Amino acid sequence: MTESDWPLFEVFIRSRAGLEHKHVGSLHAADARMAVEHARDVYTRRQEGVSLWVVRSADIVASDPEEADALFEPARDKIYRHPTFYAIPEEVKNL
Amino acid sequence: MQTETRTEAQQQQAHCHYVLRLADTSLVLGQRLAEWIGHAPALEEDLALANLSLDLIGQARLLLTYAGELEGQGRDEDALAFLRDAPEFLNLALAEQPNGDFAHTIVRQWLIDAWQLEIYGALEHSSDTRLAAIAAKAIRETRYHYRFSSGWLVRLGDGTAESRQRTQRALDDLWRFTAEPFAPDEIDERMSRAGIATPLPELASRWSARMEEDLRAATLTRPATQPFPWHGKRGVHTEHLGHLLGEMQHLQRSYPGARW
Amino acid sequence: MYTQALDTHGKEPAGGAEADPQVARFQARIDAEEKIEPKDFMPEAYRQTLIRQISQHAHSEIVGMLPEGNWITRAPSLKRKAVLIAKVQDEGGHGMYLYSAAETLGISRAQMLEQLLSGAAKYSSIFNYPTLTWADVGAIGWLVDGAAIMNQIPICRCSYGPYARAMVRICKEESFHQRQGFEIMLTLTQGTYAQRTMAQDALNRWWWPSLMMFGPSDADSKHTAQSMRWKIKRFSNDELRQKFIDITVPQAHFLGLTIPDDELHWDEASQHYHVGPIDWSEFYAVLKGNGPCNRERLEARQRAHEAGRWVREAAAAHAERERTRSMQQAAGVAA
Repeated sequence: MTESDWPLFEVFIRSRAGLEHKHVGSLHAADARMAVEHARDVYTRRQEGVSLWVVRSADIVASDPEEADALFEPARDKIYRHPTFYAIPEEVKNL
Repeated sequence: MQTETRTEAQQQQAHCHYVLRLADTSLVLGQRLAEWIGHAPALEEDLALANLSLDLIGQARLLLTYAGELEGQGRDEDALAFLRDAPEFLNLALAEQPNGDFAHTIVRQWLIDAWQLEIYGALEHSSDTRLAAIAAKAIRETRYHYRFSSGWLVRLGDGTAESRQRTQRALDDLWRFTAEPFAPDEIDERMSRAGIATPLPELASRWSARMEEDLRAATLTRPATQPFPWHGKRGVHTEHLGHLLGEMQHLQRSYPGARW
Repeated sequence: MYTQALDTHGKEPAGGAEADPQVARFQARIDAEEKIEPKDFMPEAYRQTLIRQISQHAHSEIVGMLPEGNWITRAPSLKRKAVLIAKVQDEGGHGMYLYSAAETLGISRAQMLEQLLSGAAKYSSIFNYPTLTWADVGAIGWLVDGAAIMNQIPICRCSYGPYARAMVRICKEESFHQRQGFEIMLTLTQGTYAQRTMAQDALNRWWWPSLMMFGPSDADSKHTAQSMRWKIKRFSNDELRQKFIDITVPQAHFLGLTIPDDELHWDEASQHYHVGPIDWSEFYAVLKGNGPCNRERLEARQRAHEAGRWVREAAAAHAERERTRSMQQAAGVAA
């Protein structure tokens, strides 16, 4: 690592207990401890968080948009995962 | 009866001055850090130093307001900040030292953060409930400041040959100011007897132990020289404070009585 | 305004590009108001235009910290000092959100910084003017942030996801910036004679540069059409400038200040304020690097970067050493 390329980290913040961590952006830091501090300084100036994750960008594995069809298209046809596919008489409660 | 009134008055003044010492240290240090904004080694550090500065100025505002009330002469936070001259400022001499390079700034910060950790930590249990409340808020900020400054102390001390050299140099330069923070005087003793403050010698050993540990982690050497007994907290400063105040107070002094 | 110098770079896409089915699909997504994300297909010209626009925007935020930062140590009250620090801190943060968005397009922070410090990259012209009095801090908040907000809100709906999301974050934080500036002006105009004079002097110096922030008329820009088609730009320079004028003139009247323009008048027919002619030669001079503070602004950033080199190196060296240590420890434990 040279001085010019502190690695890139992606930042995820949980803004309130009960919510999941959301991706908010990225920043550069020399090490993980610094990354957490930078994330706190940059992304929580208005108390937007109760929990922070920082992950080196290089460690993130992403799905390839080229494969979006193969990965995500099949689910569109399988409508039997959706509750509206089943016809239930109105008188039946709690279903 | 007259003696009682005089003693009461002396106690009240000591109380006011005790609070001013805390206020002025935060104010002067906050002002120094603000000088870095836009000129830090990386954009992320611009934000970090600005955050520290903002916290310290926030502490100063609360403490100055309280000191003004204790004084009872109608001076608010701005009257105290902008219309006192250097001999009336009661900050630690360490706080007014110039920023120098980043190593000087980090060493100065680390020394004061470690001091504030002890002071605010003890004040949380003060018989002065107003001070205890301010300390409770401030200590949360100080814990973050200390994490930042001690982290950087280690990175710089145990970084490159150049960074270690610069950091050791900064430590050697600033060492002479390290006696004052824990050297008790009459005001400190009055505050201890009143249950407002914890006696400084009790806090000093913990501060010293923490410093030793951090210096070891940073591969730095504790300077051998004896610190000089500065009296910033009695208004006897270094030459730097006058210039700092000249810049800070310029507008209020040039336009007396104006509202901003 | 972040497209002020885009005309000097970039090639027009080849005439037959739209015949390419991938490009046609891409344009159809844009027309349908879909967001383009980092790894989606995008024409090279779209990518390059965005890199330039986003990085210029980021540079503007960073350089913008300097004119206002100039007054932090001299702020005339503790409250004003705290608010100004928070504002400048926000601007640094905005720069970071934008650099982060630009990096998703394949350029690194180090490359963008190099472009800025070498003078190759441009940033908004307005930050090349000096802040001479405390009133300038008020004028910048009121006029410059006011103009920026006008420009930024439409970009919240731009086609590129990371840029749009960064802008939404920025716009949420921006609201107090303009209000604090206006409040400073209000306090001055309600103050002493010297303070009122200070406020009028600041308006005299910042009015025209603020109008120039929106950039020249789009009739003079051949790239506006493409940027509009790609939904990177949503309104023309003239439209935004006129909107700014119509909103700001009444605010100046409320403050009791005079806009430094003899030809300014309300036109009943068009229901707009008409301004006198803008001196675009000054604008182009500033853009080329010959404005009042171009040198100082760049040199300040260069000095900070140079002076900070040993710090960044130390942090990197320490991190390397720590990583090696923990790997050795792990190996020692495993063995």
